[in-house]
Amino acid sequence: MSDLHNLSVKALATLLQTKEVSAVEVATRFLARMGGNPHNAFLDIDSEVTLAQARASDAKLADGTAGPLEGVPVAHKDVFVTRDFDTTAGSKMLSGYRSPFDATVVQRLRTAGMVTLGKLNCDEFAMGSANENSAYGPVQNPWDTARVPGGSSGGSAAAVAAGLAPAATGTDTGGSIRQPASFCGITGIKPTYGRASRYGMIAYASSLDQAGPMARSAEDCALLLSAMCGGDIDRDSTSLDIPTEDFSASLNNSLEGVRIGIPKEFFGEGLAADVRAAVDGALREYEKLGAKLVPIRLPRTELSIPVYYIIAPAEASSNLSRFDGVKFGHRAKDYTDLVDMYKKTRAEGFGNEVKRRIMTGAYVLSHGYYDAYYLQAQKIRRMIADDFQNAFKQCDVIAGPVAPSVAWKFGENANDPVADYLADIFTLPASLAGLPGMSVPAGFGAGGMPVGLQLIGNYFKEAQLLNAAHRLQQATDFHLRQPEGLQ
Amino acid sequence: MSLTPQDIARIANLARLELKPDESERMLTQINGFFGIVEAMQAVDTTGITPMAHPVAAIQDITLRLRPDVASEPNQRDLNQQSAPAVERGLFLVPKVIE
Repeated sequence: MSDLHNLSVKALATLLQTKEVSAVEVATRFLARMGGNPHNAFLDIDSEVTLAQARASDAKLADGTAGPLEGVPVAHKDVFVTRDFDTTAGSKMLSGYRSPFDATVVQRLRTAGMVTLGKLNCDEFAMGSANENSAYGPVQNPWDTARVPGGSSGGSAAAVAAGLAPAATGTDTGGSIRQPASFCGITGIKPTYGRASRYGMIAYASSLDQAGPMARSAEDCALLLSAMCGGDIDRDSTSLDIPTEDFSASLNNSLEGVRIGIPKEFFGEGLAADVRAAVDGALREYEKLGAKLVPIRLPRTELSIPVYYIIAPAEASSNLSRFDGVKFGHRAKDYTDLVDMYKKTRAEGFGNEVKRRIMTGAYVLSHGYYDAYYLQAQKIRRMIADDFQNAFKQCDVIAGPVAPSVAWKFGENANDPVADYLADIFTLPASLAGLPGMSVPAGFGAGGMPVGLQLIGNYFKEAQLLNAAHRLQQATDFHLRQPEGLQ
Repeated sequence: MSLTPQDIARIANLARLELKPDESERMLTQINGFFGIVEAMQAVDTTGITPMAHPVAAIQDITLRLRPDVASEPNQRDLNQQSAPAVERGLFLVPKVIE
């Protein structure tokens, strides 16, 4: 079967369970497509490891012990540590690093039967919105290779969009699943903070980081999310002790009478006309499906930018203090003493954006500034979360754009980090509130580039988001379109 | 408010980052550019608001768990040290700290 790479996770799982294809055949097909590393999407590939996992899956399929996703390939963002592949987090600091264990999310997907294709490029330590901050070069957007794929899970989004993997994992701290999904025309969901274990996910901003799946459709995301989530109470102190859920169960629920909140602040001057047109089109589809659009307010949307860019760097400066050239990772060659070794190691190992965030974070946590910045940001964070709770009194789901524009061209924001920060405006509020959010293909804008619709749900309402996304995907075909010239 | 070159040097030292002169200069401009958008935060009245550390605390009480202080992982020193820059006889090597 030559079109295996165009099949959904669900279709592949069915073909594997009915033994119409073998896991080795599927893995071989994807490995062949990954040859030459198109779009610079992958950072580590090891076909021996992948094929060994595929053979193990075939054995399980043969003896009746197969998991629900047995033999279906997946690739992991390089911030998930893996025993069998290198893990660099897109940083020179961790060049060649091999973890002694698998992240819980990686292990859970293995238990469900998924075969690992390799590790995916991303912004260094997940800090970025364009994948231009990877120490291993940027990822190209498969829709237009002169444009960014979004970030930080840019490799994940590009790999799925280019048919190099049927699904991928991503992480979302301030929009890092939703924004690249939007830029590359795929579907991605960030669950409620605490749903998926952070054990083995290299920490950027611990109170915000959350793992989630990226795939072509909501239906596929539901399959992966069901396998990824679940309490990990002994290993992640922020993991919530709630039972696993079958997120596929309510995909087909009717949207009749569902209230969709439209935040005024998401449709202001900063929103590009082409993005607005696509988003409005998707909202009209929802009305046809029986949903009711309700105007709502999220008055502190703009404040979410400074609040996020205080809290996340503060937590990053603390988390990244572990990279000191002693226990793992890069160490400078020449130094005079221990402190000099730390300073030179970190100067050589970290890229510019990471250094900037460490510096900002160290500053806002330093004596005399903590109350004015970090604490003030945490207080406004609660106000932002409360704004959402007020909004959810009037609606069931919130909808709006994922990003103010379609994917921009490489280098456009290169000398102005604040320009990238401002482009995160629509994804940051849900991140700060810890709410589930997703990106669903909603059409195309300037240059034929994909536009994503953002759906935000209340805490633990992932199933409702996936239901809304799936119904839209039953009524539209944007998620099925592929970049022109894709082999 | 604006950071000074002295602030940058002080923070770089706290963060254990060696910055080249041109890097410090660029850092100063960019961080000050960023603090331009932080100003808006200072005007918000947050009297009586409790800082939020775990987001789900917006709807329910969240206490960060502590587990019993017992060893739960097997000893895998070799694996743990496989990516260390300098190891000898199972020990991490660092430059001499005490004369």
